[in-house]
Amino acid sequence: MLRLLSFALFLAIWWIAALFVGGAKLPSPPAVLNVIVAEASSGALFLHLGATLARVALSFVLAMSLGSAIGYLMGRVKLADRLGDPWLILLLNLPALVVIVLAYIWAGLTEAAAITAIAINKLPTAIVTLREGTRALDRSLDEMATVFAMPRWRAFRHVVLPQLAPYIAASARSGLSLVWKIVLVAELLGRPNGVGFEIGVAFQLFDTPRLLAYSLTFAAIVLVIETVLVQPFEARATRWRPRAA
Amino acid sequence: MRLEVEISGKTYRSAAGGTHDVLAPLKFALQSGEVGVLIGPSGCGKSTMLRIILGLDHEFQGRIARPPEARIGMVFQEPRLLPWRSVEQNVRLAAPDVSDAKLSELFRILELDAHRSHFPGELSLGLARRVALARAFAVEPDLLVLDEPLASLDDALAGRLRDEIATLVARRPVMTLLVTHSLDDAIRLGDRLFILSPRPARIVQEVPIAVPRAERSEADLGRIRAELAAVQQLESK
Repeated sequence: MLRLLSFALFLAIWWIAALFVGGAKLPSPPAVLNVIVAEASSGALFLHLGATLARVALSFVLAMSLGSAIGYLMGRVKLADRLGDPWLILLLNLPALVVIVLAYIWAGLTEAAAITAIAINKLPTAIVTLREGTRALDRSLDEMATVFAMPRWRAFRHVVLPQLAPYIAASARSGLSLVWKIVLVAELLGRPNGVGFEIGVAFQLFDTPRLLAYSLTFAAIVLVIETVLVQPFEARATRWRPRAA
Repeated sequence: MRLEVEISGKTYRSAAGGTHDVLAPLKFALQSGEVGVLIGPSGCGKSTMLRIILGLDHEFQGRIARPPEARIGMVFQEPRLLPWRSVEQNVRLAAPDVSDAKLSELFRILELDAHRSHFPGELSLGLARRVALARAFAVEPDLLVLDEPLASLDDALAGRLRDEIATLVARRPVMTLLVTHSLDDAIRLGDRLFILSPRPARIVQEVPIAVPRAERSEADLGRIRAELAAVQQLESK
């Protein structure tokens, strides 16, 4: 209820602002809705959204799985941490734009280049978060697993993984938002479809309704994924915790 | 089966860079069916000794001989349960081969029936300690190690849990090592008492108790207590 009210407030502010600023710079909500309906009925909206979602999914999975594995290794093995740390600092501070442009120059304007570039941008934050999580693992529970001679896999699944779950969830959440942002840049610069490409076109034509139509639909999808996938996962992973008052 | 402990020393390097002796040379052995009790002042190095015996700490001088196939059941000072698994899962994860009948019996003895599906965060400390006991017994251990399992419980509950430990130990031949600073627990449960000195720990006196555990009367307990008091007086001179 409160969420709906908050959303209505957002619409109201937008509408009032549109009245003041004028339709060319900030179109009113119905104008944007018209564009969304038109693009949806022509099928273009779904094509571009689908392309973007596929890129997000691929690069997100790639970065999360690789980043989690490397982060866990660096948290557990001191040598890996020492060797990997300079690379990590370099990657963390490398601007997304540089990675994307270089990937396109080296690998051509290809799908693989785009997905790799997006994944590389997400990779270091996943590593850092998981490394922190691994460092914070409870040694006393490790000892318990050792004393009771738990096989490695069982100990990992029941002792280690539940401790890492909040870190994985945090990394997934921040990672998803990062990937959403970067994927559009990669599409703008070198892909012939996707939301980023459409926004590039809208920019060239100064077509604000179209720009808003695509970005808002996109934001709505992010919101749905967050509520339907990320939050339930978090709730499940932390269900054993006593509820905060 | 037999556990032989022969430690010739253990030093600990502190964060400040100094080295401290935690354990002095000490030696003892334990047979199947025996309950050995380590009694000593807090901080004397008992937990360090346990970690060495359990194979969690390899940096010491000396040797520990225990059959490699010996199954270990351990009750740590804190319960060390997995907070994200239910009571029953906590036991089953440590003891995957435990039968349903055996598990039910353990839960009945330790009065945990009502708590099978609870998470450890929902339990009191006393209950959590009982779950830790159930876990240790469920593995049907050859070596059972109890590190102050009754600390910080009220007398009535500690007494009941002590009886439960005695019942469980009596069921099968197991080498049991109990660490405590309660003399009462020691003389009620132990077959042999090892009195430890302050840090660095060494065995000051080994006191065997001849009367079988189940037949110890209050008079026997009183006599043992007096003997021990005499030992301690001798020690302080």
